[in-house]
Amino acid sequence: MKLIFERGHEGQGCTVLPEPDVPEFHLETPGRELPLRLPHVSENEISRHYTELAGEVHGVNSGFYPLGSCTMKYNPKVNEVAAALPGFTGIHPLQPVGTVQGCLDVLKRAQELLCEITGMDDMTMQPAAGAHGEFTGLLLIKAYHESRGDKKRTKIIVPDSAHGTNPASAVMAGFEVVNIPSGADGCVDLDKLREAVGDDTAGLMLTNPNTVGLFDRNILEITSIVHKAGGLNYYDGANLNAIMGIARPGDMGFDVVHINLHKTFSTPHGGGGPGSGPVGCKAFLSDFLPGPQPVWDGDDLTLAMPPRSIGSVRTFYGNFLVVVKALTYIMILGRSGVADAARNAVLNANYMMRRLRDIYHMAFDDVCMHEFVMSLENMKHDWDVSAMDVAKALLDYGIHPPTMYFPLIVHEALMVEPTETESRETLDEAIAVFREIYELSQSDPERLRAAPSRTSIGRPDEVQAARKPVLRYAFPDGWK
Amino acid sequence: MLRDIGFESFDGLFAHIPEEVKVRELHIPEGLSEMEALEQVEELAERNRRFRRIFRGAGAYDHYIPAIVKSVTSKEEFVTAYTPYQAEISQGVLQSIFEYQTMICELTGMEASNASVYDGGTAAAEAVAMCRDRKRQTALISGAVDPQVLRVIRTYCHGSGADVVVVPEREGATDVEALKTLLAENSAACLYIQYPNFYGVIEDAELLGSLAHEAGAKFIMGCNPIALALLKTPGECGADIAVGEGQPLGLGLNFGGPYLGFMAASDKMVRKLPGRIVGETVDSEGRRAFVLTLQAREQHIRREKASSNICSNEALCALTAAVYLSAMGERGLKECAQLCLSKAHYLQRQLEGAGFRLKYDRPFFHEFVTVSEKDTGTVLKALEERGILGGLPLGDHKMLWCATEKNSRGDIERVAAIVKEA
Repeated sequence: MKLIFERGHEGQGCTVLPEPDVPEFHLETPGRELPLRLPHVSENEISRHYTELAGEVHGVNSGFYPLGSCTMKYNPKVNEVAAALPGFTGIHPLQPVGTVQGCLDVLKRAQELLCEITGMDDMTMQPAAGAHGEFTGLLLIKAYHESRGDKKRTKIIVPDSAHGTNPASAVMAGFEVVNIPSGADGCVDLDKLREAVGDDTAGLMLTNPNTVGLFDRNILEITSIVHKAGGLNYYDGANLNAIMGIARPGDMGFDVVHINLHKTFSTPHGGGGPGSGPVGCKAFLSDFLPGPQPVWDGDDLTLAMPPRSIGSVRTFYGNFLVVVKALTYIMILGRSGVADAARNAVLNANYMMRRLRDIYHMAFDDVCMHEFVMSLENMKHDWDVSAMDVAKALLDYGIHPPTMYFPLIVHEALMVEPTETESRETLDEAIAVFREIYELSQSDPERLRAAPSRTSIGRPDEVQAARKPVLRYAFPDGWK
Repeated sequence: MLRDIGFESFDGLFAHIPEEVKVRELHIPEGLSEMEALEQVEELAERNRRFRRIFRGAGAYDHYIPAIVKSVTSKEEFVTAYTPYQAEISQGVLQSIFEYQTMICELTGMEASNASVYDGGTAAAEAVAMCRDRKRQTALISGAVDPQVLRVIRTYCHGSGADVVVVPEREGATDVEALKTLLAENSAACLYIQYPNFYGVIEDAELLGSLAHEAGAKFIMGCNPIALALLKTPGECGADIAVGEGQPLGLGLNFGGPYLGFMAASDKMVRKLPGRIVGETVDSEGRRAFVLTLQAREQHIRREKASSNICSNEALCALTAAVYLSAMGERGLKECAQLCLSKAHYLQRQLEGAGFRLKYDRPFFHEFVTVSEKDTGTVLKALEERGILGGLPLGDHKMLWCATEKNSRGDIERVAAIVKEA
């Protein structure tokens, strides 16, 4: 496919701006001497270029997308309509507060609904993604210990099944990471946790349901061990979709939680963002939240920094339009719809798991939550077919592969999360494909190792990409 | 379905959850139909006042967005895809990011760009983090940067334990003498400046950069991307890292987000860049292909040793910027920058005539500060009554004004007439 720089020619372009109506001003400071090589294409060519590119993208609208841990549910179109209202998109973030009451109300309502769903008392909508929320939440924990003069609490405990963002966020927030191994059942090993906690424990970061798709039944014991040691409990909301409306992190002993609006609350992922990662907290952490925050001032909303705020984790108030989408979604689901979504997400995952476990080895063969993890170690050993090969074979069937090689504690892992928005028909089709691929791994493993064959490119050479990085277009001499 | 897999009720699926943490009743309203929900959200939107004439910037800029931009960025495949982990079915997203990276390199004059970060503030904070090493823990930040960006940098640095020292601002620009002293006193990791700065002033970036480099510090420039069509680029000014708020490149005002943080660096610093980077390679048949690359920097591989924790970024906003830059082209972007420059200067002269003096006698791009004896609240109220959002009040009778290509001569003259009467 041509790059946009390889289309059109000098002199072509779009004309969108009017002629100047004021005298032209010229700067006396030295200007740029470098050429500015931007595409020179007509609007028609832009339209066709991106239509062609869009044809080379698998979105949720294109087909099944059981990418574990990412909750690729259907993105309702009404959310997009709501977020495109000019009464939101045309609002300057530094307008007088009296002229942005609608925007502030959106933030406030979303906060209140999400606080109720997570069992938290207060919330910031400022973080722009899940990892950003983790960083923010950890800064709250840091500020809390600092406010008490408790300077020795420098360690964050992270299970080895955690998302890579957990340890990375902890380091960014200035903590030392203590990794603890999971038990044989994939859950927190209580003895290892008891050994790890102490008067240097700042907190524990935990995903529950965890990354193997199981709800940790010892959750109250776990959070209590950390609390007794003087630490706080951080809930990674990546898997909230399994339990929303069913159980709340706030009732499990968690003090801080982040939510991924682009996972649980149906806002689209945009090929890698914009997301939104609100952080909720218990009342005793409220004063530390980043700001400015929307707060009531009589009958009106205004913006203010919380008294002992950690500062700001980005400019303005967060990915506001993403919040509009999530709010619309929650308004439509309502009280019973929220829990129904979770129930159906869990049902779909168990349905798929139970229709595959006679041939695929389940890493933890139990009732799963919204996702399950298969280990293809035996297939790798017996037929030299890897998790990667199965994933690539799925591409030829129009299915986005599950998450591969995660969590790290499972070898040859494939993590499957069907979500609640897939019909039984889609699940049955996907199950049939998985079974067919399993057959092929014995009868024709070579075909799987060579997959995919029906996509526009075959497997890319990632080693070459990293060894000799080519990160921008090499304009030919005399490019015009 | 439930019974087909051996369960009598949903309770069986949630048996691992202790009874004491189960929700009895969620206190949120019952669900609405799509029609009702949209009506309610529309009512919320209507409670905002949308100004048709905006003379305020300060980090968010009202530019014209060509129609093709929304058309492309609404394509469902781009909207609903996840991060392009599976290259074979993500070439469209990957190629669009590669094209975006190329355009950011062209704008900034730098050698390598990442796929985006959350916004201009986090781009600045991440750039500061890139420069830190064991011997150099202090970040020098110009006092003439956007106070919000400074706050984000401070918040990030407090997390990692780095020191922030603010270089005083003098007459609307970074104080060069103070900078020299601070560079001599600290073994600074970096100097961060904004270009044009918060007051609209075009800093002498080359000079500031050379002072930083003489002291062994890295030089980071936070840039307005539209201004870079005319101004000497960060690459030409000797910057090690160029970052900025990409919102002016086709994104709406959006009450502050989603926005776009762009980050570009010299080749030497590529492996310290945070976040996604797309690279060109070949597939099994030798065809051109694009992949996420240099992933050894990232959290899913390196965990606590990663260069940053970022994974989701602002991909769709980066696509927006790429489509915007394609629609504008070199000619259009330069015209846009020239219009901003000319209109801001015309506005400044009109305001001067209305008794609002230019506060800093320095070269500026499309923002500038005025002072007058008048009460800024009264002035802004008078403008507001006529549907105009005036400059940002900075205290002490100062106002920060902005003009873009969207402000017509008639509007500018009307503003001057209104503030003169106010």
